[in-house]
Amino acid sequence: MGFRMNLRNFLVIFFAGLMLNACATVKKDSMLQGDVYTGSDTIEYLASGVKDRVFFATNKSTLTTASRDTLRAQAAWMRGKGKKLSFTIEGHADERGTREYNLALGERRANSVKDYLMTYGISGSRLSVISYGKERPVNSGSNPLAWSQNRRSVTVKAN
Amino acid sequence: MRKIILLIFYLFILINPAKALVEVDITRGNLDPLPIAVSPLYIESGSIDIKTEQEIIKNVGERISEVIEVNFKRSGLFNPLKKDSFVQKPDIAHVKPRFEDWRLIKAQALVTGKVKVSEDKLRVEFRLWDTVAAKEMIALAFSTTPKNWRRVAHIISDKVYQRLTGEKGYFDTRIIYVSETGLKTQRFKKLAIMDQDGANVKYLTLGNELVLTPRFSPKNQLVTYLSYFRNLPRVYLLDIETGVQEVVGDFPGMTFAPRFSPDGKKIIMSFAQDGNSDIYTMNLETRVVERITDHTSIDTSPSYSPDGKYICFNSDRSGLQQIYVMRSDGSNVKRITFGKGLYGTPVWSPRGDLIAFTKVHKGKFYIGVMRADGSGERLLTENFYQEAPSWSPNGRVLIFYRETKTDEKGEGFSAKLWSIDLTGYNERLIETETDGSDPSWSSLLSK
Repeated sequence: MGFRMNLRNFLVIFFAGLMLNACATVKKDSMLQGDVYTGSDTIEYLASGVKDRVFFATNKSTLTTASRDTLRAQAAWMRGKGKKLSFTIEGHADERGTREYNLALGERRANSVKDYLMTYGISGSRLSVISYGKERPVNSGSNPLAWSQNRRSVTVKAN
Repeated sequence: MRKIILLIFYLFILINPAKALVEVDITRGNLDPLPIAVSPLYIESGSIDIKTEQEIIKNVGERISEVIEVNFKRSGLFNPLKKDSFVQKPDIAHVKPRFEDWRLIKAQALVTGKVKVSEDKLRVEFRLWDTVAAKEMIALAFSTTPKNWRRVAHIISDKVYQRLTGEKGYFDTRIIYVSETGLKTQRFKKLAIMDQDGANVKYLTLGNELVLTPRFSPKNQLVTYLSYFRNLPRVYLLDIETGVQEVVGDFPGMTFAPRFSPDGKKIIMSFAQDGNSDIYTMNLETRVVERITDHTSIDTSPSYSPDGKYICFNSDRSGLQQIYVMRSDGSNVKRITFGKGLYGTPVWSPRGDLIAFTKVHKGKFYIGVMRADGSGERLLTENFYQEAPSWSPNGRVLIFYRETKTDEKGEGFSAKLWSIDLTGYNERLIETETDGSDPSWSSLLSK
C-alpha cells in the first residue's frame, strides 16, 4: 500500500514535471524562430504603432519576413508623418562573439536595414548608421533568449 | 617615458661562471619552481625616506624585495622562500653570503642588495648568487629618481629572470586596458594604464565616451584605440606623456581594430562602410592611406608579424570567422584555420613563430596558439567567455580578458584580466580596482 502511494506521488510529480517542460517549450518557441527573436514585449515604438527594431540570427545580417514587415512600416511612416526627420540606425550584436568582429557585424546589420529602407523610398541622406557591436545589450542575461533580443538593429530619431 | 626615468646602468663586476648549476627550464610547465631567497635590500646610513603622493616609505629595501618576490611568484617559475627562515642579515649577505646557510633552507639562488636614498636620487646595487655553486652570477648597480623605486624592483626581476632562464624578462612593463564600471547594459569605459603587477593605475580618459581596444606603440609612448567621441566610432592616437589625442585619418565611416606596425610608423585598422569592413593602413608621418584588403566580407583584427612582412587577420569570407595570413601589401592571402569552430583576434607573437587567437566552439571560448601556417594548434584555456590575447614582450605569457555568465536575473556580470603561460600552466587573475577588458602589454620600458 505504502509502495502504491509512493508510486502515485511519483507519477503525479512526474506528469507535473512533463507539463512544466511542455509549457517552457511552448513559451520559448513563441519567442524564437530558428534563433531569431520574434517577441514584441520589449519593443519601444518609433511612433504610434511603428516598431523601432528588428532582430537577427547569430552571425547573420539578413532580414527576416517579420523584419521586412517592420521596416516597410517604418518607411511608410518616414515618408508620411516623419518626413521631416532624420534617423540613426544602430546595429548591435550579442555577447557571444569577439569584440572587433561584432563591431563589423553590427555595422553590417545596420546597413542591411538602411538599404531596405532606401529601397522603400527613404533617402540615404536621412539615414546614418552606427555600430555598437556587443557594447549596448538590452538584456543582460546570458541565455539564448537574451542573446536573440540583443542581436538587433534599432531605428532612432536623430533630430 | 625615457624622460621620466634617467637610468644609469653600469656593470659593477661581471663574473661569468664557467657553468652555472642553477638554471630554469621555461619550455615546460611550472612543475618544479626554483626555490629562491630574496633578501631585503639593506639601507645604507644617511638614507632618507621616500615621499610619494600616496605614502612615506621608510623601508624601501624591504619593499623592493617584496615587489621582486611577487613578480617571481606570479611567473610560476620561481618559489620565493619565506623571509622568517633567513639567517643572515641583509648587509652581511650582500657582501659575503654563507652559502651553506642558504642551502639549508633549500634556496638555490639568492638575491641581495643595498640602497641609498637622497633627495633626488635612489642608488641601488644588487647581486644574484648561485648558492649551489657558491658563486656570484650578476652584480649590477643603477640610479634613478626615488619615486621610481618599483621600477627598480622590476628591473632587478628582469635581470634575474634573464640570467636564470636565458630569456629576456617582462616585469618592467605596463598594461593598458579598458576599465569598466556600471550595469552590463550601460557600461562606463575608461582607458587605464598600470604596471604589469597591477600597481600605479592611472586613468587616461574620463569615461564620457565609450573607448575600446587600446594598443601600445612599440616604443610605448603612443596608444591607438577606438573612441566613440561625439558618437563617431573612430581610431584615435593618444600620447601618454602629453595627453594629446587625435583622430587617425579622415574616413567617412567607422574605423576600428587598430594596431601599430612593428616599426611604429603605421597604424593598421579596419574601415567599415556600407556594411563592409576592409583593412587599411595609415602612415603616421606621411598620412598616406593604403587599402590592404578588398573583399565583400568582414575583414578585421589585423596584426603584423614582428618583421613587418606579413599580416594575420580575421575574415568571414568563407562564411564564418576564420584566420588568414597575407603579405603586408595584401597579396597572397591564405586561410590558416581549418579546425572546428570559429577563430578570431589573431595576434602575432613577438618571437614571430606563433599566432595567438580566440576560438569559439560549441558555446565555449578558448585562448590558443598555433604556428604561423596554422599547424600545431594548442588550446591553453577554456571558459564561458574570454578573448583578445596580448603577448608579453618576451612571448612567454598571454594576457586576455574573461567575462562571467550572468544568473537567471541577468546579474553577476564581471569582466577581469587574466594571464596564462604559453605552456598552458600558471593561469592567474590580475587584480584591478575596477573590472577590466581589452588588455595590451607594452614592450620592455628599459631595453
